[in-house]
Amino acid sequence: MNSAIAPQKPDKPNRPLAPGDGAPAGTTVRDVCRTYVERLRGGELGSLPAVGGLVVLCVFFAVLRPVFLSNLNFANLLTQSAGSIAIAMGLVFVLLLGEIDLSAGYASGVCAAVLAILLTNHGWPWYAATAAAMLTGAAIGLLLGTLVAKVGIPSFVVTLAAFLGFQGIVLILLKEGTNVSIKDPTILAIANDNLSPVLGWALLAVCVVAVVALQLRRSSDRRKRGLPGIPSSVLAARIGAIVVLGGTAVYLLNQERSRNVLVGSLKGVPIVVPVIAALLLLGTLTLQRTGFGLHVYAVGGSPEAARRAGINVAFIRISAFVICSCLAAVGGIIAASRGNSVDPNTGGSNVLLLAVGSAVIGGTSLFGGRGRVVDAVLGGLVVAVIQNGMGLMGYSSGVKYAVTGSVLLVAAGVDALSRRRSVQR
Amino acid sequence: MTRTPILELRGIDKSFGAVQVLHDVALSAYAGEVTALVGDNGAGKSTLVKCIGGIHPIDAGDYLFEGRPVQVHSPRDAAELGVEIVYQDLALCDNLDIVQNMFLGREKRRGAFLDDSTMEEMAAATLKGLSVRTVKSLRQKVSSLSGGQRQTVAIAKAVLWNSKLVILDEPTAALGVAQTAQVLELVRRLADNGLAVVLISHNMNDVFAVSDRIAALYLGRMAAQVTTSDVTHAQVVELITSGRSGDLGLTTTANGAAA
Ligand SMILES: Nc1ncnc2c1ncn2[C@@H]1O[C@H](COP(=O)(O)OP(=O)(O)O)[C@@H](O)[C@H]1O
Ligand SMILES: [Mg+2]
Repeated sequence: MNSAIAPQKPDKPNRPLAPGDGAPAGTTVRDVCRTYVERLRGGELGSLPAVGGLVVLCVFFAVLRPVFLSNLNFANLLTQSAGSIAIAMGLVFVLLLGEIDLSAGYASGVCAAVLAILLTNHGWPWYAATAAAMLTGAAIGLLLGTLVAKVGIPSFVVTLAAFLGFQGIVLILLKEGTNVSIKDPTILAIANDNLSPVLGWALLAVCVVAVVALQLRRSSDRRKRGLPGIPSSVLAARIGAIVVLGGTAVYLLNQERSRNVLVGSLKGVPIVVPVIAALLLLGTLTLQRTGFGLHVYAVGGSPEAARRAGINVAFIRISAFVICSCLAAVGGIIAASRGNSVDPNTGGSNVLLLAVGSAVIGGTSLFGGRGRVVDAVLGGLVVAVIQNGMGLMGYSSGVKYAVTGSVLLVAAGVDALSRRRSVQR
Repeated sequence: MTRTPILELRGIDKSFGAVQVLHDVALSAYAGEVTALVGDNGAGKSTLVKCIGGIHPIDAGDYLFEGRPVQVHSPRDAAELGVEIVYQDLALCDNLDIVQNMFLGREKRRGAFLDDSTMEEMAAATLKGLSVRTVKSLRQKVSSLSGGQRQTVAIAKAVLWNSKLVILDEPTAALGVAQTAQVLELVRRLADNGLAVVLISHNMNDVFAVSDRIAALYLGRMAAQVTTSDVTHAQVVELITSGRSGDLGLTTTANGAAA
């Protein structure tokens, strides 16, 4: 690109001034609360609806079906939702641009089929097959992104065509519908095995230390420069919440949840949990802390402003589709692991809709410019709780779909209304 | 006048398809001066500015910067020269905060990550240098700002860099009286700080209040470039509406060709 003529050292403002003395030195807890309330009023609801919904749903199902709270069910909930959450995380990138990828579900199916065929029919080692599946995802994203960004076909049409096309490719790959079973122990472990209890605690400790270190470094840097920062009490509360929630989750998952210990012990954090956590961390750092992430938001907010700022809009669009399809590949691998096999339905039926629903329910806007990777996780958990809880209550799939669809509609409605609110100002 | 202008355009032509919007346009802008670019709606002022900023390629003509001929094909090329433009449609991202907008496309980085603290510091210093006290927090989203505040952010964005030429396209068009006065004061301060400033405006009071020179565009042609103290309101209005005023302005042949 144009890096040769990018400004090398116009580093100083034109008229340098003593820095810092204009900035308010401290920010109080009250300021933080007031800013938060103002944001809510302005239509920026953030994670509030998803977290609120999650709490309400959990209480609701726990009261009606106490088994909902069992350790076994808790672990199930996480492994059930992981594949769809991975796909939803990818969709966040595309939705942030105001685009859509309707083919992400079947893209995950194609990648899963590639994985299964290479593993089982061709005897590839797990890492090579996984790499091939991921490359397939990247190639799919490159194709879709190029058609949208360079040729200029609306993403709705491109990915609708791809939705049909990939469905066909899965059928062709699987020879008109055979089921390819997976026997590779590493791939099977992803969605079926657990970390040892000690490892679970150790990983949590590493996460907490990393988060604390990042936050402290940031806030001490800001304080040193006299920039307004987050008060230590709010910081401490945030870190405390992570410790308590993470600690409770690890503790519960480390309990024995086998129905019959004599047959086999079943305890520990499911391996998909650290997989999703790692993707969450990586995705969040990318979107919130890198120039690339900022440009994704900029293109989603105003493509023209981004273009005038010298951002390569087409590159950002294509990259978002590549990321989306790669995360769809991850979702496909998780699904293949969980199902112990791949069939023409892998990534099909409601997979895409649940993933889009997850992102939107979590708070990512369908209009672009607003959303975070964590939305996919929160929304994915809401969707999983609805499916799981209603299943426990004995409702049929039909009712579950109808309810999930209504929740998606409510979330999209909240999105549209909050957008109208922020546009009106 | 033997000073070299910061910006000198000669013989600029620009068409959109079959429609020629700019005909043989010349324009000069000098350091420390405000050059007002005036003209009726549709005269081609915004188009000229977009050509200067590298948004539209020019069809023909010379683009000289500090006396050297240059090629400007993209906004980055213009920024590299030290040309900053505050567009009529402000070109801010509503979903980003003030600091993010000011540094968009030219972020400070520390390793792989953004250096938010440095950017916020520089943004605060720039706003302070422009005596801007109207924004509460640099981390508020642009969607929550008033029209005047947005304009201020857009101008601050333009002077954040070592810019030599700042062009403002109708910066006061959407503002109230008090905010207009503030923005004009800001414009004058930019020139007093040694920048070349081109100000597009419809308002004669604004033009005569801050400008050193006036360039009048009429139907895509440069009718005249004059020193502000040499002309009256009425003469400038005539240049805008008919392309000529007494011995100033376009000759009839050029005028006829445009019609
Ligand atoms: N992108 C474009 N494509 C086609 N015509 C354009 C475009 N931009 C401007 N024009 C035309 O060029 C003429 C000058 O427009 P503009 O430069 O916006 O005028 P001003 O800013 O002086 O009011 C108008 O007739 C307008 O319709
Ligand atoms: Mg205009």
